[in-house]
Amino acid sequence: MPTLTAKKSKRPPVRASGRAAPALIFGDLWEFDPAPETADPKLKARYELFIDGQFVAPASGNYFDTVNPATEQKIAEMALGGAADVDAAYRAADKAQKTVWGKLPGRERAKYLYRIARLLQDRAREFAIAETMDNGKPIKETRDFDVPMAAAHFFYHAGWADKLEYIAPGRRVAPLGVVGQVIPWNFPLLMMAWKIAPAIAMGNCVVIKPATNTPLNAIKLAEIFQDAGLPPGVVNVITGPGSTGGLIMAHPTAAKIAFTGSTEVGKVILRSVAGSDKKMTMELGGKAANIVFDDAPLDQAVEGIVNGIFFNQGQVCCAGSRLLVQESVAERVVAKLKNRLRALRVGNPLDKNTDVGAIVSRGQLDSIRSYLDIGVKEGAELWQPPCRLPAKGFYMPPTIFTGVSQSHRIAREEIFGPVLAIIPFRTVEEAIEKANNTPYGLSAGVWTDKGSRILKMSTELKAGVVWANTFNQFDPTSPFGGYKESGFGREGGRQGLLDYCKLV
Amino acid sequence: MSRLPITKTPKAYVGGAFIRSESARVYPLKDAAGNFFGNIPQCTRKDLRNAVEAAAKAGPGWAKRTAYNRGQILYRLGEMLEARAAELADAIALGGAAKAAAAREVAATVDRLVYYAGWTDKYEQVLGNVNPVAAPYFNFTVTEPMGIVGVLAPEEAPLLALVSLIAPAITSGNSVVALASTAQPYPAILLGEMLATSDLPGGVVNLLTGFRQELVPTFATHTHLRAVSGVANADERRVLALGAADSIKRLHLLKTEEATDWFDDAAQSVYAVRATVEFKTTWHPIGS
Repeated sequence: MPTLTAKKSKRPPVRASGRAAPALIFGDLWEFDPAPETADPKLKARYELFIDGQFVAPASGNYFDTVNPATEQKIAEMALGGAADVDAAYRAADKAQKTVWGKLPGRERAKYLYRIARLLQDRAREFAIAETMDNGKPIKETRDFDVPMAAAHFFYHAGWADKLEYIAPGRRVAPLGVVGQVIPWNFPLLMMAWKIAPAIAMGNCVVIKPATNTPLNAIKLAEIFQDAGLPPGVVNVITGPGSTGGLIMAHPTAAKIAFTGSTEVGKVILRSVAGSDKKMTMELGGKAANIVFDDAPLDQAVEGIVNGIFFNQGQVCCAGSRLLVQESVAERVVAKLKNRLRALRVGNPLDKNTDVGAIVSRGQLDSIRSYLDIGVKEGAELWQPPCRLPAKGFYMPPTIFTGVSQSHRIAREEIFGPVLAIIPFRTVEEAIEKANNTPYGLSAGVWTDKGSRILKMSTELKAGVVWANTFNQFDPTSPFGGYKESGFGREGGRQGLLDYCKLV
Repeated sequence: MSRLPITKTPKAYVGGAFIRSESARVYPLKDAAGNFFGNIPQCTRKDLRNAVEAAAKAGPGWAKRTAYNRGQILYRLGEMLEARAAELADAIALGGAAKAAAAREVAATVDRLVYYAGWTDKYEQVLGNVNPVAAPYFNFTVTEPMGIVGVLAPEEAPLLALVSLIAPAITSGNSVVALASTAQPYPAILLGEMLATSDLPGGVVNLLTGFRQELVPTFATHTHLRAVSGVANADERRVLALGAADSIKRLHLLKTEEATDWFDDAAQSVYAVRATVEFKTTWHPIGS
């Protein structure tokens, strides 16, 4: 009969009290029955583009497959939008902005956003399943985070639409016109909400392209726009490859462009629009430091470390991919962390017990794997919990690296996967120095029992979001965005809304 | 026999010191009548890099000053200008402006400094806020200075425009490396002397003189300049945008081809301060 505690030889180091820390054993000892989510995601075999309020075939007549990364099976055919479709979308958006949406009183615009929020809540389960199928993230996350948070963003911004005179004291604000938006594959639906809700609340119209890998919920959300009676052309959704995104960013009709994605692509876009008058928001990469001080509640911190880097398989721009841990507790934290990782369940993302799902694509998986090789080659020590991965699909066990130095590539470059680099520090100053020693500056975490230290660290860290004794928290009221090469502009809150208007 | 006056050697102001260009190059400045007035330092990319280094040293200390202290120093800068208003007006008139117009520009410049002196301890209350998140956190958004801001002054309004661009940046604790009007650099050279006596720590504002085509590319690409604000023509805007892309630098550029009325109240705003800050949001736990 299996026991709950490990054999003596496998136990972590003996504690100061002389008693060994109890270690729970999961893995093969505890078999969970499968608990798959079985509701119907109501998918079609083929999806079209959404232009001027209608679902229309792409001008090229071409389609591409969107694939479930957990099974490598085709989910549906998606329209491959190109230049002609982007033009049509911009024409529709421009017309809608000038003739309908820009003229509508704010209180009426608000009602459409409220409707969208409500309709999305109605179909929450369906969207959660579709999101998990398209992206590979656990149903636990899509059900409890992505979909409700997307609805919350529409609901929050709805209320702003008729209160815009309060966002810029001393000045009046006006919409910019048409906004071109390109979003990433890590939070397909939530990014749609982050981008569209503030833009249309302010009176702009939108041409948006979801990521090539995860177009499903973007186009499903267009069904909700139709059901909500959103006037044609207010939001246009173009699915397609990265090159189509480039067309959307560089289109002359776009008064503003908003991009979320890698710093590398962000720079390409910035160069492509150099010399234009487009307003811009860039939400780019990160290499966040999650800093654990010796007075932190360590069990809570370990949960935060896990959430920081293994949430969404680490495919998060603000992921806590560098763990800075104070030397005096480093060994204990790493031991606790390893214990905790042994209990993470990696596998079928549609299973309600799954903690870590599939990586979004083979390409991304290969990229993450190459970083594992790089880390080992540079002399860091790799550790992964024993886990059995499904035979098909793109999976990566949670991975930690110890013995990492600041100069290692795994400590400097955004891996965008479930890979944690652990770096010790001794003093507060050293922690600050190491945390800020990166071209990125999106987020940071601080774990300590001292409120004054939280505020000190928050002041010193060059990052747009600082989480204290928590990590990866989001809220529509809370502005999100980076310093330095993590981009500029904010999303959420008053600050985010102001980036979608001009002062008049 | 009349006394031969002692003329002043025009110098750039970098790191709290008055310097010639490291290149030893100068260009002649003539007055409106075409008479030789003085040699202006023709600063180089190296001078710009040195100025950025000076700004980097001074920046953190300036950013940590209290808002009240920054306000008093900006106000004192206004006092320094007011006290030497006649001299500044002469410097502006050197470029051909009528005496009355030059005096008006000086007065407007002093008023602009006083305007921003008053903002130092208020903009945070207007731009930042507490966010009512749906979780047990005290969540607040505050501003922080971006760091070092490059300023490209236009050719016209050689004192007022320059100060209108510098003041909002230092109001929020940034440090500045500015390039003065090439055709009318002398008011900027005098401004350096006033900065030096204003209690503003050396290096917080650095004033360079020289040619835009030599310096704009380095303003564009210098990684430690976190933002560039100012006035630029279409070619310069393109160069700046391309260079800025490499380090995701923030650009806030007015167009040379669209006239800006620097005297207008619209040329001063808390939103000019906003353009030189980053927003930081902190999630502080509530409860034990």
